[in-house]
Amino acid sequence: MSIDTSKVADSNKTAATAKKKLPVGAVAEWADDRLGLATMMKKNLRKVFPDHWSFMLGEVALWSFVVLLLSGVFLTFWYVPSMGEVSYQGSYDPLRGVEMSEAYASSLRLSFDVRGGLLMRQMHHWSAMIFIAAMMIHLLRVYFTGAHRKPRELNWVIGCLLLFLGTLEGFTGYSLPDDLLSGTGIRAADGFMKASPVIGSYMSFFLFGGEFPGDQIIPRLFTVHVLLIPGLLLALISAHMLLLVYHKHTQWPGPGRTEHNVVGYPMLPVYMAKAGGFFFIVFGVTALMGGLLSINPVWLFGPYDPSKVTAGSQPDWYMGWPDGLLRIMPGWESTVFGHPISWNIMIPILIMPPLMLTLLMMLPFLESWITGDKRNHHLLQRPRNAPTRTAVMVALMTFYGLAWAAGGNDLIAITFGLSINQITYFMRVAIFLGPIIAFLITKRWCISLQRKDNETLLHGYETGIIMRSPEGGYSEKHLPVSADRAFTLTARDRDPDVTVVESGTDANGLEPKSNPLEGIRRRLRTTMYADNIQKPTLEELEEGHHHAEHEHELQAAMDGVSADGHQFDGHHLVDDETLRPDH
Amino acid sequence: MRHLNRSANSLAGRLSRHRRRPVAGALLLLLGLVLTGTLYSAFSPASAGSAENNEELVAEGRQLFLVGCSFCHGQNGEGVGTANGNHYGPALVGVGAAAVDFQVGTGRMPMVQPGQQNPTKPESYTQDEIDALAAYVASLAPGPAVPEEGDFSLAGLTEEERTEAVARGGLIFRTNCTACHNFAGKGGAMPRGGYAANLSDTEARYIYEAMLTGPGNMDNFSDGNLSPEEKRDVIAYLYTLRDQPAYGGFTLGGLGPVSEGLFAWVAGIGVMVGFAIWIAAHTTRSTKQKDGTAA
Amino acid sequence: MSDHLPEKGHSLNGHPAEDEHHGLDPLEPDEPIQNPGLPAHVWRPTDVDPASEKRAERQIAAIFGLSSICAVLFVVAYFTLQTGDTHDTVLDLGASTVALGSSLGFALLLIGIGIIQWARKLMGDHEIVEMRHPARSSDDDREATLGILSQGAEESGVFRRPLVLFSLGGAMTFLLAPAVVLFRDLGPTPSQVEDDQDYPGAGLEHTVWDKGVRVVRDVVGTPIRPSDLEIGDLVNAEPETVFALDDEGEPILEGVPLQIAKSKGAVVLTRMDPKDNTPGKGREDWAVDGILCYSKICTHVGCPISLNERKTQHLLCPCHQSTFDLADSAKVIFGPAARPLPQLPLMVDDEGYLVAQSDFKEPVGPSFWERDNNGSTTE
Repeated sequence: MSIDTSKVADSNKTAATAKKKLPVGAVAEWADDRLGLATMMKKNLRKVFPDHWSFMLGEVALWSFVVLLLSGVFLTFWYVPSMGEVSYQGSYDPLRGVEMSEAYASSLRLSFDVRGGLLMRQMHHWSAMIFIAAMMIHLLRVYFTGAHRKPRELNWVIGCLLLFLGTLEGFTGYSLPDDLLSGTGIRAADGFMKASPVIGSYMSFFLFGGEFPGDQIIPRLFTVHVLLIPGLLLALISAHMLLLVYHKHTQWPGPGRTEHNVVGYPMLPVYMAKAGGFFFIVFGVTALMGGLLSINPVWLFGPYDPSKVTAGSQPDWYMGWPDGLLRIMPGWESTVFGHPISWNIMIPILIMPPLMLTLLMMLPFLESWITGDKRNHHLLQRPRNAPTRTAVMVALMTFYGLAWAAGGNDLIAITFGLSINQITYFMRVAIFLGPIIAFLITKRWCISLQRKDNETLLHGYETGIIMRSPEGGYSEKHLPVSADRAFTLTARDRDPDVTVVESGTDANGLEPKSNPLEGIRRRLRTTMYADNIQKPTLEELEEGHHHAEHEHELQAAMDGVSADGHQFDGHHLVDDETLRPDH
Repeated sequence: MRHLNRSANSLAGRLSRHRRRPVAGALLLLLGLVLTGTLYSAFSPASAGSAENNEELVAEGRQLFLVGCSFCHGQNGEGVGTANGNHYGPALVGVGAAAVDFQVGTGRMPMVQPGQQNPTKPESYTQDEIDALAAYVASLAPGPAVPEEGDFSLAGLTEEERTEAVARGGLIFRTNCTACHNFAGKGGAMPRGGYAANLSDTEARYIYEAMLTGPGNMDNFSDGNLSPEEKRDVIAYLYTLRDQPAYGGFTLGGLGPVSEGLFAWVAGIGVMVGFAIWIAAHTTRSTKQKDGTAA
Repeated sequence: MSDHLPEKGHSLNGHPAEDEHHGLDPLEPDEPIQNPGLPAHVWRPTDVDPASEKRAERQIAAIFGLSSICAVLFVVAYFTLQTGDTHDTVLDLGASTVALGSSLGFALLLIGIGIIQWARKLMGDHEIVEMRHPARSSDDDREATLGILSQGAEESGVFRRPLVLFSLGGAMTFLLAPAVVLFRDLGPTPSQVEDDQDYPGAGLEHTVWDKGVRVVRDVVGTPIRPSDLEIGDLVNAEPETVFALDDEGEPILEGVPLQIAKSKGAVVLTRMDPKDNTPGKGREDWAVDGILCYSKICTHVGCPISLNERKTQHLLCPCHQSTFDLADSAKVIFGPAARPLPQLPLMVDDEGYLVAQSDFKEPVGPSFWERDNNGSTTE
């Protein structure tokens, strides 16, 4: 191997040290005398981080959070969290003399009378949207690549909590300007609370300080938005990062990479530069969006008034899926001893979201219970190599996506000239059928891709050169993939054998089920593994190579010619060559 | 509502109660007729350069009506019914000139095909022809007349009054109109494929007429519901929305959080992921070695 | 990697993590292909060609320089572009926001791009290897810690003194009570509000509507005569209490009571042909000449409704598309609402204006637990 071994760290206890001594400043000495930072920095400054674009999705969320903190603090210097009534006398004329809350008036002031205020408002709102979207695609990446398995299950749970809290934070945040659109959302939230059995009206009265709308909700949401949830977010993000650093990042399998090492770039200087640079990029893109793309134009909505509403009343995108479920739900309400049980609100809002969140958090534990796999996993899996897991998440995404689309059914209706009634009827059926169909299609697709991988391993890659035999038959010339690529394709676990033997114990020697739960587990485990295509064994691979060599013998006469198929593996270059050497 | 014929006559009626001489009666009748004629010509809908009087206009309108409208609306505007109690075209008796000016002027009529709602499209008639049609339909029975420019313009108001009118118009708009037409007047969905139109390019006159006549499934906002001043204020507010700059940048359609979410994903996340791919991509490689020799 | 699952606590194949292969797994006989190890490092042009390196340096410096210029432009834009009463515009967009956003955006973005270019082009890009350690602590550490914990338990005697332990637990549990009770005054209970009647129409079961209260047009506050309305009119209306002034000319309702009154008292007044209307049982005299009055507050979650289909008399809520048939006691004909809109009984007062006969006969708005679903409507 020709790697520069002078920089290899033999273990995690000693750092990869540079051979020459660096000059150390007086300030650094002063600090270390009191804080002893050198010990910690020794271990961590050369920490290795693997490099792949899909590992940066969580960073988008992290840096968006920083942007949120910075822009949010700016806004708090002008925003007034009060529902006291004022008559607007600011510079936005179409609202002059209109009665509104101080919160709304201060939002108008930020938008029109504070230079850079509207920019900051919009940056704050855009980065909130991006924060949650980034958390979501980060979650998808982690799940699809199997990075949620042991030892990272706790980090997964923390991540799910971050997603949930981020959503709440966004909801409280966009309600603060007390405009017509977000106020309608709060009105709906009050309806949700009132629909809760037994304690509903109490919850509503305690939150609003009496009947809706009262004058307490905005100041209270302000406290939640600026103090409580950011505190929780900061704590959880710190825990999330600490665990990531402690466990070290997962990596894709490949040459030189194993379950016991991390291959990549050191924190200082490369990773710091890339992460730090990315922070500026996220910040910069958010600023560009905040300056060029209008978002939440509260002056057009007008102040909240319980007797006014706008068409196209939707919450921000991340609340879209519960809104969609609410829209497609039929109007079921039963009466129990004279008390209403509002299924039409409880199911989409009070039952489904906590259920989905719990399901999401339990995914790694469910998976390890079903598979029985208690090993540590630091190498990632390609989604195709875990077909059932991938299909499950695609089914969940389909459910989420359909509910999300249902939340915009009126806008879909006017954009595409459809009937909202038909869209609702369609969604009521699709929300059940869609995930099932998506699961089946995805699983089959993954298995097909596994087959394709195996073909590549056994027969080589398709060169695009078509050969014709003397008898007239056409075939495509295949060439073997490089050793690195071949290794990468095989660098995955073989799935356990789930065939059940007649005598009662299965191929792994396990006893027959002792309780009904165990029986379900066995069946689920079989579903997970039974249809998957495994990587070829040594014998199969050798057989495949043998065949390939045989083919190559027959085609040896073609070697060296421009159409021998070696153009893409660097074996020979084709400049100044003609297709047929004779002509 | 403007009942042109009544105003002059009631004037004549009140005056005649206090005069007893016979010639005074005749003089007053003459005065009344002159007044009527003047008022009518002052307030009648202006057609560009047309010198036709009302009768000719009505006759021309009837000709146009027979050719282009009677198939669905009946030869005398009485409507054409179907067997199960619906109709192809409703009766136009009493809908007034305003309704005709609106429907034909925005191109909604003639309707190209039956359906849930008739969309706007390029007009099929010139303004003169529309005026003729309107005159004919107005002749069938009294109905709302086409508004004058003065009905919906803020001319003659002081700066402060204008600001007040616009602010009040906003309040009225958000109380009565945004539920269907959305906060920026971009339109909204109604049941079974219907929709409330996008008001961004609608002329003031048509907005007024739509409020007055309640086209299609839109409610009436008769003058007893929204007074003419209130209608004027609403139009002033809508025009202010049109004239004002997009303070926060490009408006993304004015449809609210749905389009904003789309942009957050496509522009926001798309660009961030694009940068991430660039950051982690392999840079250019060289075949040279560090000491300068080739590989 | 072998087929059977290894025992808990051991690394994958029972071998210790570190070995002499710099991190590669020992050769697995079953594996079809062995790990070829890290590929050879290939240099970048900036590593081998000094001219290329200099060029990259200059490029990165230029990027940072451009960023500084953008930061200066931000300051210039901040002080020259106006907002407020004389708002500068560019391309019909707000100039200040656009300029500040673009300059700040590029100032930041270019720093980021410069740093990334620096990392990609000039910083060392050898891949280095670091060994992992199992997440778990070593067996020795675990034993030692368990020992310390049991020593601590022993010295405190916590398990030998159940009385102390349980009484502490009890005390801690009781502490929950102050923590919870402190929040009692977040708000009054529904029944308190109902009993106190601090403002007109207090409580979930009441609104400000009462016998003789006039129906007035929203925003302008003028009362309505039946003759004002044509068939097909839909008036967004309020109880006159919302706009009423007392003897000194001050509004009767202000601030919170005003908002509460509007949130329950807002109504829609619609006129249809009396033939089209099918009044509910006992509601035959609730309409005046085909003029009907319904609560504007949706019974689903409380959004105000005024999307009316004139020809079908269907009222559509924009929030979740509940649709109510106004010609049939506002029954729900589509969507997630479960109950019809409450109807306000109308009559005409001495001066000919439309007034309510009484308050609504059932609570308006969303369902709540205490709402008596059985005996509420006059159905």
